[in-house]
Amino acid sequence: MSKYLKALVPLVLFLGLVALLFYGLGTDPRKVPSPLVGKPAPEFSLPALLDPDRTVSSADLDGKVTLLNVWFSSCVSCRAEHRELMRIAREGGVQIVGLNWKDDKEAAVEMLRQFGNPYSLIAVDEAGRVGIDWGVYGAPETFVVDPEGIIRYKQIGPIDQGVWEQTLRPLVEKIKEEGRA
Amino acid sequence: MSSPWKAFLVMGVLAGLLATSGAGAYTLEEFTFEDPAQGTAFRALIEELRCLVCQNESLAASQADLAEDLRKEVYRMFREGKSRDQIVQFLVDRYGDFVLYDPPFKPSTYLLWLGPFVLVGIGAFLLVRSLLVKRRSPATELSDEERRRLQDLLGTESNPVQSNREESDRDQTDRDSPK
Repeated sequence: MSKYLKALVPLVLFLGLVALLFYGLGTDPRKVPSPLVGKPAPEFSLPALLDPDRTVSSADLDGKVTLLNVWFSSCVSCRAEHRELMRIAREGGVQIVGLNWKDDKEAAVEMLRQFGNPYSLIAVDEAGRVGIDWGVYGAPETFVVDPEGIIRYKQIGPIDQGVWEQTLRPLVEKIKEEGRA
Repeated sequence: MSSPWKAFLVMGVLAGLLATSGAGAYTLEEFTFEDPAQGTAFRALIEELRCLVCQNESLAASQADLAEDLRKEVYRMFREGKSRDQIVQFLVDRYGDFVLYDPPFKPSTYLLWLGPFVLVGIGAFLLVRSLLVKRRSPATELSDEERRRLQDLLGTESNPVQSNREESDRDQTDRDSPK
């Protein structure tokens, strides 16, 4: 190795460190990757929020691409993403199932009355027991479940237009393509 | 309001705050075991598990809602007679290795566990090598032939090269000595 190249080694090492630290700036330690991605969605059976006679269970996810959205009414970020969920619901093409997590039932119903209901079904997880099975540690969280019941992706934090357009919609379309193939 | 009264009021408020915060702090007393050894094991386990909401607190220390739920869940499993490993696996299956303060040794964590040793090893190798090279390097003394050539190249007038021997060999009165 020539002398000049050798002199560059510390610089290269330093730049490598800078790149690593810079990458670290962009990652969010609050986003803990879920070990459930790629695995079958955990079984559940819970009462439905708006229909006291009905239960919502894993069977309701079968055969459809589903966004399982974890929310509760006093969660600010959930309210922030609500509008986007409404838009996605109007757009159609994907089933949105709500998991009303550790919430007060009346407050949840009231919120939907005010802002609209993007969900085709809402399961009530008052004790948070199903939330634990799904590895939920905050709201909002959204799982993309394919027609075979496999969790394909977990969105931690609110869905906004960017997340939907760049991440979730392409994935939903990809899953549908696979279904046709 | 006179100032002694004000001070008295402030003290009262502070005392009140202290009292309520003390009452608000949770204890692990709600978790009871017939066998004290089991209680110790339970406490040790929740100390080793990370609360995902606060991240830098253990399940034992955290007052987050989720930590409360998970403590209850761990307690329930303990009461059911599940082993420590089964309980840890239950949580890892749902939340990933991140719940463990002590990450397991497996392919995805090799870099984490071995990286520091590899770096120290590389550092030690470079250090030893450079020390050996230094020792093996040829004597810094110049032969008479070399010294003569050096002086030719540099010219004697502004020759900045000084070695002890040169100083003794040559007359230096006409040169500036470095201060």
